[in-house]
Amino acid sequence: MTLLKHELRQGRSALCIWTAIIASMTALCVLIYPEIRDQMSAVSGMFSDMGVFSAAFGMDKLNFGEFLGFFGVECGNILGLGGSFFAALLGAQALAKEEKDGTAEFLLTHPISRSRILLQKLSALFLQIALLNLVVIGVVLLSVTAIGERPDPGTFPLLFLAYFLLQLETAAVCFGFSAFIRNGGASVGLGTAALFYFLNIVANLTKKAGFLKYVTPFGYAESADIITDRAINGRYLAVGMGLAVLGIAAAFLRYRRKDVR
Amino acid sequence: MAYAIQTSALTKYYGKARGIIDLSLAVEEGDFFGFIGPNGAGKSTTIRTLLGLLSPTGGTAEIFGKEISAHQTELLADVGYMPSEAAFYPNRKVREIIRLSADLRGGARRRDCAPEAARLCERLKLDTEKKVRELSLGNRKKVSVVCALQHRPRLCILDEPTSGLDPLMQREFYQILEERNREGATVFLSSHALSEVQRHCRHAAVIREGRLLASDTIENLGHAGVKRVTVRGLHEPPRLETVRNVRRSGDTMTFLYSGSPRKLLTALAALPLADVTIAEPDLEEVFMHYYAPEGHGQRPEPDKEEP
Repeated sequence: MTLLKHELRQGRSALCIWTAIIASMTALCVLIYPEIRDQMSAVSGMFSDMGVFSAAFGMDKLNFGEFLGFFGVECGNILGLGGSFFAALLGAQALAKEEKDGTAEFLLTHPISRSRILLQKLSALFLQIALLNLVVIGVVLLSVTAIGERPDPGTFPLLFLAYFLLQLETAAVCFGFSAFIRNGGASVGLGTAALFYFLNIVANLTKKAGFLKYVTPFGYAESADIITDRAINGRYLAVGMGLAVLGIAAAFLRYRRKDVR
Repeated sequence: MAYAIQTSALTKYYGKARGIIDLSLAVEEGDFFGFIGPNGAGKSTTIRTLLGLLSPTGGTAEIFGKEISAHQTELLADVGYMPSEAAFYPNRKVREIIRLSADLRGGARRRDCAPEAARLCERLKLDTEKKVRELSLGNRKKVSVVCALQHRPRLCILDEPTSGLDPLMQREFYQILEERNREGATVFLSSHALSEVQRHCRHAAVIREGRLLASDTIENLGHAGVKRVTVRGLHEPPRLETVRNVRRSGDTMTFLYSGSPRKLLTALAALPLADVTIAEPDLEEVFMHYYAPEGHGQRPEPDKEEP
């Protein structure tokens, strides 16, 4: 538990900043909805009629005149994309930053096994992502209540669940990378999150690239699909969770035997 | 004989790059042991392999008779380590780092750490309210000393511990180590400073280019049958295999000689020299000789009479 507490303490300010930014941006997005609701109904047809561009962002399937449609594309992106960048950064830095800064030597020369270090770092990683999501969900629910909207209670939580799983998967995959690199990990983390996001856009643009939905967690966290199907795509999700387990397993296999210089 | 550290043919390569080769080292429990060698010789690689930070490419390494890779966590509980470049979390206060180090040791040890840490901080004049990022190299070294010693380890492994410490702190630091050593702890330290190894250590080992050159008592290493010979009136040194480090100044020539004194005297007697002095070289000279790259000299052999 010592290391878990230490990790939470180390990540406290980054967590506060990311949470504050994502929560305030999402809340702002929700709060302006009544202002633009009427215009949105008018432009909804236009948004869904921009061919591949609409498809790229899932706007061909959504009705912007409805709160859930607006939330899914506009607000959901903030939590999905912002959250996954945060998760990727944390995951990729978890082990690599200690090596870059030389603190790995301090940590690993104490009587604590590498497996326990990995376990506690991973727990801290998931806990921080969960805290960010809980705060953002709380703020969103308050904002939604404030504007008097009542989104579908079956679909609305599914969106949050999908964004949360998307962040967990991104963090787990980047945690795996973190065990292999020594240069700090920030660029690898941000690069991975960006790659995942763009792979989904490519998959939306052409059916030939549809298989990419299995590769990127943005595939199962696509708001347009969740709102239309009222479900998270099980196959994409299963592959995604498989990748997350693979990332964690790779971290354990590599880090337990890694030379720390 | 109980050994605190014992390695056998320990080898470490980083890919194709040499770390250490066939290193067989034995440090008895309770010893005060110096590990000497130039930069890049493999001192830190040896130490990091002993701590389990690096996996050896070949050979074995044991601490207190237990194979390191199989008992790493258990063994680290009895070890205090001070790295050559101490790095800590920069936004944390010194007292938080010391506390974190104690907490990572867990169990009963954690409770014993606080009073000892306070004593050490007082002796080293360490301000525990400062943040790590505000510390000078010397003060970071002091934090490292406290983290390495606060749990009263049976074995202290210290990688160039005094670099960055001012002379007063170096003296205090060695006093602490000598107290610990008298109480039974084994001290193993690497150093460039030969004088401090000579002053404090009982045994030492010399490493160069990844290989162990010698391991003996300080006294034997320092003498090892090597003499500094000064002669006047000669243009060439005597033709003996073990003559090295020849220096000329005017009509005076000095060289290091290791081997049979009878052979040296016989060779000198046949030469038209005007004067001769045969003296013990100082330790520094002997070690410079060890440090010299291949081809510039060989390891001095202990005195042997020729048959």
